[in-house]
Amino acid sequence: MKALRNFLDKIKPRFEKGGRFEKLHSTFDAFETFLFVPNRVTLTGSHIRDANDMKRTMIIVVLAMIPPLLFGMWNIGYQHHLSNGIAGIPLLENFWYGFKVVLPIIVVSYVAGLATEFIFAQVRGHEVNEGFLVSGMLIPLVMPPEVPLWMVAVATVFAVIFGKEVFGGTGMNILNPALTARAFLFFAYPRHMSGNDVWISRQGDAVSGATPLGDALSSTTVQGSELTLPSTLDMFYGFIPGSVAETSTLAILLGALVLLFTGMGSWRIMLSVFAGGLLMGYIFNLAGSNAYMQISPWDHMVMGGFAFGAVYMATDPVTASQTTKGKYIYGFLIGVFAILVRVFNPAYPEGMMLAILLMNVFAPLIDHYVIQANIRMRKKRWAAQTATT
Amino acid sequence: MSKTYKISKGLDIRLLGEAEKVLTDIAARSYAIKPPDFHGVFPKPLVGEGDEVKVGTPLFYDKYRENILFSSPVSGKVKEIRRGAKRVLLEISVEPVPEQIYEDFGAADPNSLGREAIVEKLLKSGTWPMIRQRPYSIIAGPDDDPRAIMIAAFDSAPLAPDFDLVVNGREEAFQAGIDALRKLTSGKVFLNLRTGQSSKAFLNAKGVEISFFSGPHPAGNVGTQISRIAPLNKGEVIWYLRPQEVLSIGQLFLSGKFDPQRIIALTGSELENPRYVKTNIGAGIADMVRDNVKDGKHRYISGNVLTGTNIGKAGHLGYYDSQLSVIPEGDYYEFFGWASPGFTKFSFYHSFFSWLRPRKKYRLDTNYHGGERAFVLTGKFEQVFPLNIYPMQLIKAIMVEDIDQMENLGIYEVDEEDFALCEFISTSKINIQQIIRHGLNLMIREMS
Repeated sequence: MKALRNFLDKIKPRFEKGGRFEKLHSTFDAFETFLFVPNRVTLTGSHIRDANDMKRTMIIVVLAMIPPLLFGMWNIGYQHHLSNGIAGIPLLENFWYGFKVVLPIIVVSYVAGLATEFIFAQVRGHEVNEGFLVSGMLIPLVMPPEVPLWMVAVATVFAVIFGKEVFGGTGMNILNPALTARAFLFFAYPRHMSGNDVWISRQGDAVSGATPLGDALSSTTVQGSELTLPSTLDMFYGFIPGSVAETSTLAILLGALVLLFTGMGSWRIMLSVFAGGLLMGYIFNLAGSNAYMQISPWDHMVMGGFAFGAVYMATDPVTASQTTKGKYIYGFLIGVFAILVRVFNPAYPEGMMLAILLMNVFAPLIDHYVIQANIRMRKKRWAAQTATT
Repeated sequence: MSKTYKISKGLDIRLLGEAEKVLTDIAARSYAIKPPDFHGVFPKPLVGEGDEVKVGTPLFYDKYRENILFSSPVSGKVKEIRRGAKRVLLEISVEPVPEQIYEDFGAADPNSLGREAIVEKLLKSGTWPMIRQRPYSIIAGPDDDPRAIMIAAFDSAPLAPDFDLVVNGREEAFQAGIDALRKLTSGKVFLNLRTGQSSKAFLNAKGVEISFFSGPHPAGNVGTQISRIAPLNKGEVIWYLRPQEVLSIGQLFLSGKFDPQRIIALTGSELENPRYVKTNIGAGIADMVRDNVKDGKHRYISGNVLTGTNIGKAGHLGYYDSQLSVIPEGDYYEFFGWASPGFTKFSFYHSFFSWLRPRKKYRLDTNYHGGERAFVLTGKFEQVFPLNIYPMQLIKAIMVEDIDQMENLGIYEVDEEDFALCEFISTSKINIQQIIRHGLNLMIREMS
């Protein structure tokens, strides 16, 4: 530790202004601050500072993603063996199978994304921001297990550049980078991101391979088909095909607890997304003209990416509404639109991604009106005061 | 008839080193008045090095408001007139003589004086700068008629001094101060106490409206109190003081002398013996900390750890400060500090395991604990900011220097100390108080 510190102190001048590797300053800074919290002290103002920094914040969010990730690994193995008609596989063997599928996706996402981040930081001469620690984990979690690795790389690079860096980096972006990556693949390579063949790793013939969402949608589009969903409890636990980590609502709720307890995720957004989704589900129940519209609103909560989106995507503080009141509106509309798109748009079986991206775009507008209300209140008070004097 | 206000948003940072309620007299070897303590003042010295001064002799005045004088807190010889870059006047220090002589401004009963006579006496004696105003937190304008005068009679900042102890036995001076202040406004004089405060000087004060506040810091900030009693509107002015300043005003009328006395809480984890001392405004701290600090490299802060000024171990206390905080410097590297479980790290967030011990007191240092980043988390400032203002939006409006938007978002209602907790909890390590002061200075320039 001490030796490492001494070594860093020795080579540090070479990366500073006037040094031989001045151009690589951002890269050096990223590695140095990764290893050591810097020795920078306050000058004035608040002389003491909270121990929590951006690295800690981001690492907590990554930790919160571990439960659905671990479950997802197991489920990929389970679904693979199930579809090949093999039963009674031990837990660890299922997990190991899924681990081998998911790990390369994670590695590709981090390598491609961090490389892009470092290059941008270097060129623009600012620090490497920790935001990608989270995005780099979110991207693999929302991919289908069968996604080709080169697509992950392309999508990640696209998302980092056009989702984030062109706006100025973490904290400035309008769209959630992880969802930008997914949307990019969804529209560029739809055959690899939807349908019945991508949700189970090396699928056998024993099952159709469709996700519950796919089943539900085909019941409205294919003549004469019956809607048969897995049991609500199976969907809640996550024994269904789907993207890597979206299937288990239970594991996602565990992650949500971590986010809420540490204060890194907004309970207002999570709550209002579920409220919006449930309300829309009930409205469809009332209208109820086809089988899809009649499924229980609670089933909507545990199908597809709804829960995952509500907990990990909608709560991204940068792209969500930033005002307290705005968060309720933003979350509620995400819930409403997600169910609306699911049920009414045959081209998009999953509405959550589009709903969140849409509301990302509208979040600044929501904030604008919330803030205008505060300003109006203040001006009214000024006017009342001048009237009395 | 008193009202109680409950502040629910905020944060009490639990630090080691609370001052023991023991009071000793300390005569410092030098005293100084520091013009940078007064925002917006352009100082012109009235004395030269080596001049003899009495207690109450003006040392300098404000070029733009020539009737505002700043008096010597001690009688003796002017030791040094220290200037900084571009010859900015930083400090005028005075070396005291054993026999203290006072300028005489004449005793008088404030109840029998008119407003003008009172203002004149305060200005002449150099007591006037003790009265500050919102907006901007600058010295009050003698010609203004403030909507109200607030006496913020408790401090909720970390390790803050207990003002009950400060006014103990000086009830007469405190009441005289209030009597003088009452003549200065057509509105009311408010005395803002913490629920449970028991000092007679406060509870038996006459001619004031007493309000009680409960809850965490920043309940004791005057900005918080104004926002609850009646938020400041555009074009309005509210004056405010701390109890020791009221005592000085009262004493001026009782004795006719400029009263520089201050009781200071010596606090902080690095003091061997945290306690209260009685001294004068601008006292040098060298004698207070000699043989009283632990080993190591320290930060000497005049004021509290959230808003105070770094003065070094040979520095002088700030004009408005009633507290000295000594904490460790944090210029060390921490190996994988962001990944440690953090049982001993204080955080507003539950991201370190220190939440397991909610009552533990901490020894915090001056390390940033991270690098500066763009704003990422939202909704956090609001949890420690009890005003009906959007803090992050106001900060951003200042960063882009949008005057209209700053006004709309409530810049008149705040000053930098109101944002100290936001700065403390900022995961992006942004120096928010500097930004707020920059915004206030912009507004002053815009409105003048």
